[in-house]
Amino acid sequence: MRRNGAEDMSEDDERQQSPRSDLEFTSNKARYCKATGSASDHPDQVLENVLENVLHFLTSRRDRNSVSLVCKSWYRVEALTRSELFIGNCYAVSPGRATARFTRVRALHLKGKPRFADFNLMPPDWGAHFNPWLLAMAKPYPWLEKVYLKRMSVTNDDLATLAESFSGFKELVLVCCDGFGTNGLASFVSKCRQLRVLDLIESEVIHDGTDWISCFPQGESHLESLIFDCVEWPINFEALERLVARSPLLKKLRLNRYVSIGQLYRLMIQAPQLTHLGTGLFSPLEIAGQGDQELDYGTAFAACRSLVCLSGFREIIPDYLPAIYPVCANLTSLNFSYANINAEQLKPIISKCHKLRVFWVLDSICDEGLQAVAATCKELRELRVFPINAQEDIDSPVSEVGLQAISEGCQKLQSILYFCQRMTNEAVIAMSKNCPDLVVFRLCIMGRHKPDPVTGEPMDDGFGAIVMNCKKLTRLAVSGLLTDKAFEYIGKYGKLVRTLSVAFAGDSDMGLKYVLEGCSQLQKLEIRDSPFGDAALRSGLHHCYYMRFLWMSSCRLTRQGCQEIAHAMPRLVVEVIRSADMEMDDFVETLYMYRSLEGPRIDAPKYVTIL
Amino acid sequence: MERRVNYKNDVNLKATELRLGLPGSDEPERQVTPSIRNNKRTSSEISEKSRSKSSSGVTEVGNDDHHDSTAPPAKAQVIVGWPPIRSYRKSCLQTNENEVEGAGMYVKVSVDGAPYLRKIDLKVHRSYPELLEALENMFKLTIGAYSEREGYNGSDYAPTYEDKDGDWMLVGDVPWQMFISSCKRLRIIKGSEARGLGCI
Repeated sequence: MRRNGAEDMSEDDERQQSPRSDLEFTSNKARYCKATGSASDHPDQVLENVLENVLHFLTSRRDRNSVSLVCKSWYRVEALTRSELFIGNCYAVSPGRATARFTRVRALHLKGKPRFADFNLMPPDWGAHFNPWLLAMAKPYPWLEKVYLKRMSVTNDDLATLAESFSGFKELVLVCCDGFGTNGLASFVSKCRQLRVLDLIESEVIHDGTDWISCFPQGESHLESLIFDCVEWPINFEALERLVARSPLLKKLRLNRYVSIGQLYRLMIQAPQLTHLGTGLFSPLEIAGQGDQELDYGTAFAACRSLVCLSGFREIIPDYLPAIYPVCANLTSLNFSYANINAEQLKPIISKCHKLRVFWVLDSICDEGLQAVAATCKELRELRVFPINAQEDIDSPVSEVGLQAISEGCQKLQSILYFCQRMTNEAVIAMSKNCPDLVVFRLCIMGRHKPDPVTGEPMDDGFGAIVMNCKKLTRLAVSGLLTDKAFEYIGKYGKLVRTLSVAFAGDSDMGLKYVLEGCSQLQKLEIRDSPFGDAALRSGLHHCYYMRFLWMSSCRLTRQGCQEIAHAMPRLVVEVIRSADMEMDDFVETLYMYRSLEGPRIDAPKYVTIL
Repeated sequence: MERRVNYKNDVNLKATELRLGLPGSDEPERQVTPSIRNNKRTSSEISEKSRSKSSSGVTEVGNDDHHDSTAPPAKAQVIVGWPPIRSYRKSCLQTNENEVEGAGMYVKVSVDGAPYLRKIDLKVHRSYPELLEALENMFKLTIGAYSEREGYNGSDYAPTYEDKDGDWMLVGDVPWQMFISSCKRLRIIKGSEARGLGCI
């Protein structure tokens, strides 16, 4: 699994996926079934052997999908040689079908719930259970080594079964998952003797009370990566210290906020080979006379000569920041998104970070802090600015001034996520011109329907410029006051856009029509609270077939309209999700629609109606 | 909600008015068209109740732009899932602040000799005895009874708190509400220090 510094892999994934691969699945399967099991002619057999050897080197998912379409022989060989299986929507294909086609899989990458589930727009227990996949894989894939899950529900039993079923299991990465707790972690780590990677990223971990860190087997461990910064419960520090001491290969360690700076020090001096470090609390425990303050944290950081990625700083006391000076010059990734620091505190750090490529930060640094970033970080590729105060209609610590500065200083920027209270078209247009390499542009003006504060105009022109000038753009999130014109621009110029997020925008059905008709590469469309109705959806139906999913909540869709769509498109699963106590209304609260080879799923909860 | 208040103000006149329609049917402000705004309001209100993990202090939907100006301006409205920040991130930042509207008032609690701190939500408790009992349960210790004259004499532990001025005060001296609004963090001291307070 390729990992860049940041957790969000979605853009990398999309680049590799051919839009129609799993639809072709069925037709190829029909062709495949015609072929008998008897031996082919000699030349064919030789060719297949050669092909098999060659295809082992092919890693790109998109290329593999293309290869599988050449002919039935190539389809067969490709299926034999695919070792990394990516499923973008766990309901698009059944575990049984996947394991039947791909028989030698070593790594599974599975995604479940749609992204809007992160923002409480989807009731809990909607689905995306890992269990059926786990059970389906146990026999066909005895050599399974890696599992990467995003937005899936995983239980404690699943974790235990995972470790028991695959003796050579090496890597588990859980991103935005839930349903499991420290008990499950304990069973998993104790049984998984070859474990190299255990990464828990922004997942919800239930507190069962088990001391899971102590459950790692004794003796030298193979651990290369241990990430548990999202675990909101104390851990047994002594056990962790012993674990780190016996993990000579450990490169990535991200601690949770129950590890103090004094404890961090002790870990760092045991593991100077670390490349990725999550610092935990980054302040001392407030117990009198503990003497944490006397330690020279700077030397601990200086000893970590390979450190390139820093995060954590969960309850930072700015006095300790100078400790990281020795590593700043080498840092390529810095995550301050939990650190409430101001511009003055940021400047001495950021002015040393010449090599920085990924920077996550809170808006507490204000425009001034962003100007400091722009002045130094010429290699910046990804910037995320999160709000300390996630409310509407409050004063904006960051604004168009910060965005303008970044666009001028960081012209190699590829990905930006920017939360703010005010933004002008001018600054957005400037960014579209200064940063032509932009692939991901996500601007969240937190006040809904907010126009440009200087001109009073909608934000149409700004976003229009982005799609026009940023020729590589594949992911876009829009906000502020937007008319149908903005969508006209997106449909006309956003030819490479694969993911589009819309909230509180547009005037009429035309907006959605423009997008569905124009954005030929659109894969994931998520819309909330916008005035788009049945007519718009109907007009763009032919395109929905090529999308991974469509989400529309609190729009103008009627039940009847959705029913018609379900009838017209048998290969799409049309889910209507309502809140538990809401009656069947004329308007559909949430529509979640996705292509699938399997038809309606059987594990839907009662508030989900599949039409 | 504000609209209902409005209606009540008018009721004295309207209730006695002779009309042909059904009661309440001619109130223009209350006529709700089947628009997305209505849908949004109902669904979000109801859905808010069914969401187990809600974002900070969600109350009702804001429909400012499209409704009559007769409705008085709504107080701080929060929409479900807006701004789009993961609840995990929101709650992490919240626990860094001691005073948060509507979502609990978490303060750190340290106990002398314990390896790490805990957090307790002051808003959950309504009185000192409740708070002290919770602390006793959390740390498995006995604090004992408070007396104005002698503090927490008779036990090994005494609860203290840091107030807004940065001073360390004994828990229990001031009225509960005053304590809640000024307490920044708690520290349970033990041993001779605790007993010493009784002698002052």
